[in-house]
Amino acid sequence: MTHAAASDTHASHEGQAHPIRLYLTCWGFLFVLSAASYMVDYAQLQGALRWSLILIFMVLKAGLIVAVFMHMAWERLALVYAILLPPLAALVFMGIMLAESDYTLQSRTTYLSGDPDLAVAREGGHE
Amino acid sequence: MTDATAQRSPPRPNGLEGVAADWASDQRAFKTASWGKAMMWIFLLSDTFVFAIFLISYMSARSSTEVEWPNASEVFALHVGQTELPLLLIAIMTFVLISSSGTMAMAVNFAYARNRKRTAQLMFATAALGALFVGMQAFEWTKLISEGVRPWGNPWGAEQFGATFFMITGFHGTHVSFGVLFLLIVANKVRKGEFDSGRRTWLCREKGDYEAVEIMGLYWHFVDLVWVFIFAFFYLW
Repeated sequence: MTHAAASDTHASHEGQAHPIRLYLTCWGFLFVLSAASYMVDYAQLQGALRWSLILIFMVLKAGLIVAVFMHMAWERLALVYAILLPPLAALVFMGIMLAESDYTLQSRTTYLSGDPDLAVAREGGHE
Repeated sequence: MTDATAQRSPPRPNGLEGVAADWASDQRAFKTASWGKAMMWIFLLSDTFVFAIFLISYMSARSSTEVEWPNASEVFALHVGQTELPLLLIAIMTFVLISSSGTMAMAVNFAYARNRKRTAQLMFATAALGALFVGMQAFEWTKLISEGVRPWGNPWGAEQFGATFFMITGFHGTHVSFGVLFLLIVANKVRKGEFDSGRRTWLCREKGDYEAVEIMGLYWHFVDLVWVFIFAFFYLW
């Protein structure tokens, strides 16, 4: 504890010193994960399996880059939270836009699909 | 001054208590990150939002169109001899960018060990890999444009494909290009020994201060990070 605090006060001058092995290992993992996500496409996996594998490999790669290469794992929590929490707002926005685009698609299929009967049927349904 | 006070005061708490303590009452919030590093992180956060919004608009366009989205696996396939390999160029680009992140991380390590020669060599290697990436992207753009992809249409399906493709990869490619430029500038300063000269500049506070290399690295890794998301959502999805 005391040691950690003491090294913290000097960290801004001495910087992030980690064994080179760590970076090489991380690099290796990134290569393997990239190859794996390429294989998802090469093997033509479809549906939920494809999407979940893509997301898992993506999150693992992003985590490795941020934690090890960008040294986030060794920063104080105050910085980690200040940087990593705000992007969650983008996730919320994504959710909102997903609902919105569903609605747009529904309107397009109903009114713009070139099938007048469908549009008339919908209109009539309300009256 | 701040260091002197820090040494006299009791050890800083960690965890959530540490977050509260660091952010509390008129003090410097980021205890171990210099201003340069903190500002780079905050810039990267704003850039995260820029790319997030590009990807969200791509998602909205793709999920709201009735027309089928072009199959990226076929659009970005390359013919090697007789066989057609799906996404080959994109896969190579991904490996090139990850390798450049690897060389950059090692450059940061050698910079803190004050190994000038190695640091400069690795940074020049990073810049070369970055330039290679941009070159391959230019090739990809040329190929797609010659096949008839435009921001307003393409031969295979939904018209929004071209607009989102040029916007997202174009913005990312611009980031890579500026990264290469800054890498060359910082690498050249390292090579000339400016960080060991003891002269105070905007990149260097004191003799042997190599933090500029780490901050440069943060930007470079971010560019790689963005590509991870583009690769997953635009090319693989």
